[in-house]
Amino acid sequence: MARYGINELRGMVEPDRVHRATYSDPEIFELEMERIFNRVWTYVGHESQVKKPGDYWTVTIGRQPMIMIRGEDGKVHVLYNRCPHRGNLLIGERSGSAEKSIICSYHAWQFNFDGSPKAIPISKGYENTNLDPTSRACAIKPAPRTASYRGFVFASLADSGPSLLDWLGASKIAFDQMCDRAPDGEVEIVPTCFRVLQRSNWKFFLENQLDVAHAVVTHESTGRAATEVEEEVRTRQGSAPIDYHFLSGFTMPLSAFDKMTTVNYPAGHSVLEGYMSLRPQDPISLNYEAIMKQKYGEARTNQILDTNIHHVICYPGLSVQPPLQQLRAIRPLAHDQTLTELWHFRLKGAPEPIYRRALGYFNLVNSPSTMVNADDLWNFRKQHEGLSSEGGEWVSLHRYAGQDAEEANGVVRTRIGTSEAPLRNYFKAWAEYMTAGN
Amino acid sequence: MLTVTAPAPLTAPNPASARAAAVPPELQREVEQFLYRQAELLDGKAWQDYIDLFATEGVYWMPAHPHQTTGDGEPSIFFEDRNLMTIRMRRILHPRAWSQKTQWGTSHVVSNVVIEQHDAKSGSVVCRSRFHMLEFRRDQSRHFAGSYIHRLLKGAGGFRIALQRVDMVNGEGMYEYVLQAWV
Repeated sequence: MARYGINELRGMVEPDRVHRATYSDPEIFELEMERIFNRVWTYVGHESQVKKPGDYWTVTIGRQPMIMIRGEDGKVHVLYNRCPHRGNLLIGERSGSAEKSIICSYHAWQFNFDGSPKAIPISKGYENTNLDPTSRACAIKPAPRTASYRGFVFASLADSGPSLLDWLGASKIAFDQMCDRAPDGEVEIVPTCFRVLQRSNWKFFLENQLDVAHAVVTHESTGRAATEVEEEVRTRQGSAPIDYHFLSGFTMPLSAFDKMTTVNYPAGHSVLEGYMSLRPQDPISLNYEAIMKQKYGEARTNQILDTNIHHVICYPGLSVQPPLQQLRAIRPLAHDQTLTELWHFRLKGAPEPIYRRALGYFNLVNSPSTMVNADDLWNFRKQHEGLSSEGGEWVSLHRYAGQDAEEANGVVRTRIGTSEAPLRNYFKAWAEYMTAGN
Repeated sequence: MLTVTAPAPLTAPNPASARAAAVPPELQREVEQFLYRQAELLDGKAWQDYIDLFATEGVYWMPAHPHQTTGDGEPSIFFEDRNLMTIRMRRILHPRAWSQKTQWGTSHVVSNVVIEQHDAKSGSVVCRSRFHMLEFRRDQSRHFAGSYIHRLLKGAGGFRIALQRVDMVNGEGMYEYVLQAWV
C-alpha cells in the first residue's frame, strides 16, 4: 500500500478535478473499503422486511456478509453471517424465516435470533477444553453498532464514531420526507428488490444521481419516444397516463435543468431539489391531500408536500427518492464492480392509487427492463473503461466551479442546476475519509 | 388513470395440475406456428409486426416473482400494453439510444407447446411453452430461459395475444444485463 501515502491521496483530489486512479485503481478500492465503508453507517434494510422473530435478510456491509434478523426481543439485530465454530456462513439464502433458532448446516450449532448461543450438540465434548459453550466466544458476532431511524436500519463496522443521526446530518430529510408523506407517518417495504450489477466503479452511480446535465443527453431516445406516444394517446383518448411523464420528462430543455438546485452538505451528503412537479392537481392527488390534511392539518401538509426533493444522497452508499418512495443502496464489490439494490415503499395510510403511481416509476425506471437506467449503465461501463486508459490522467469537475453559493457550516448551494458542485462535494468528503487521522 | 389496463390474473405454469387439452392436431400446429412466428419477429427485430401480434388491449407481462398472478399493483419486470410497447420500440429505433447502438442480436427457440384450454366456441386458447434465448451483445453472450403462457384470442386474421406471461428462470438474478427488448 506504499503507493498511496497521505500526500499522494491528497494530491489526487483538487478543487475542480480528480485523478482517474480514484476510480480505476484496485489499491484505491482496498483503501476505500478500509477507510470509508468500514467506518460509515451503511443502510441495511427496513424494519418491515423482518416482521416477526426469526425473519431475516442477508446483506453485505463493506466486504462483510451480514444478517438482519428480528429477535425474540422484538429488536432488529445485525450480525455477522458467520458461525463462531468453524466459520461457515450461517445463512445461504437472501431472505427467509428461521423457525426456532439459527442453525449452522455444518455441525448444528444453534443460536438465538440475537446471536447468543443456544445449544451445541454433544456439548460434553467441550468439557475440560478452553471453550465455554455459553460464553461470548460461542455467540454470533454482532455489528459493532446498529441503529434505526424511522424504520430504516443502519449498521456500522466501526466501534466508535458519530451517532447515526449525527452522521446523517441534513440528509436525514430523506427519511423524514418519505415517512411524513404517509398519512400514518411511516412506510412499509414492497418486498421486491431489483438488483443491478454494474461493471464499473461505485462512484459513477453516485455522481450520476446528481449529474443534472446528463439526463437530456443520455435519455434523449426514451424521452422522445415517450413524448411522441404520450401526445398520440392524448389526442386519441383526451389524456395520457400520468406516469408516462417519468419517461417523457427527459425532453425538457437543458435550460430547465439549470433551474434546479443541488444542496451540498458536509460529509458528501447532498440533495437535488426541483426536478419534477410533484404536486399534481388530479383527483387522485387531491384525495390524498385531503387525507393528509385530516392527519396533519393544512399548514403542515403544505410544508410536507411542497418540499420538492428528487434525490437525497447519504454519502457514500445510499440514494433516496422520498416523493416516489424509492431507495437505491450501493454495495461496492470491486473497483470495477458495483451492486445496487433498488427498493420501493408504500406510504401507510395513503390511498392505493398513490402507491400505484410510484409503482409506475419503479417498473418503468428501476426494473430490469428500464429504458432509463439502461443508458446510464452503458455510460458507467464506458466511463470506467475510458478512465482505465492512459488517454488522460484527470477528470474534469470544472462546471461552475467557484460560482456556487457557499453558506455557513460548509453548505454549498448551487446557483445553477448543472453545476458539478455535488461531484466536487463528494470528492471533498472522499479525501477527508481517505486521509482522516493524519 | 393507470398505465396499463390489467388483464385477468394468470398463474405461472404448474406442470403438476396442468394437462393438455384434447385438441385437434391442426389447432396444435396453428398455435405452434403462431409462437414460432412471434419468436422470428423478435429475432428479426420486426418490432411493429411483433407489437401487432397483441390484441388492442393485449399485455406483455414478465412478473418479478413466479408466485404473482397479476402485474396489477405489483412490481413487474415488464407490464406493458401496446402504448408502452410502442415507446420501447421507438426508443430502440432512435438514433441516440446509446446503449442499443452496439451490435446485438438474439435467437429464440420455443418448444414444449401445450394447449391447456381451448374454447371451441370463441376459438380462444391458453397455451404454455418453454423458451431458450441467447443474446449476443458487445462481444458477450447471455442466456435466458423460462416459460411462456399465452392467452390467445381468435379473430378473422388469426390469433392475437390478450396476455403473454413470461417467467424467466433467471428473472430474480442480478441484472447486469437490463432487458431492452421483449424476451
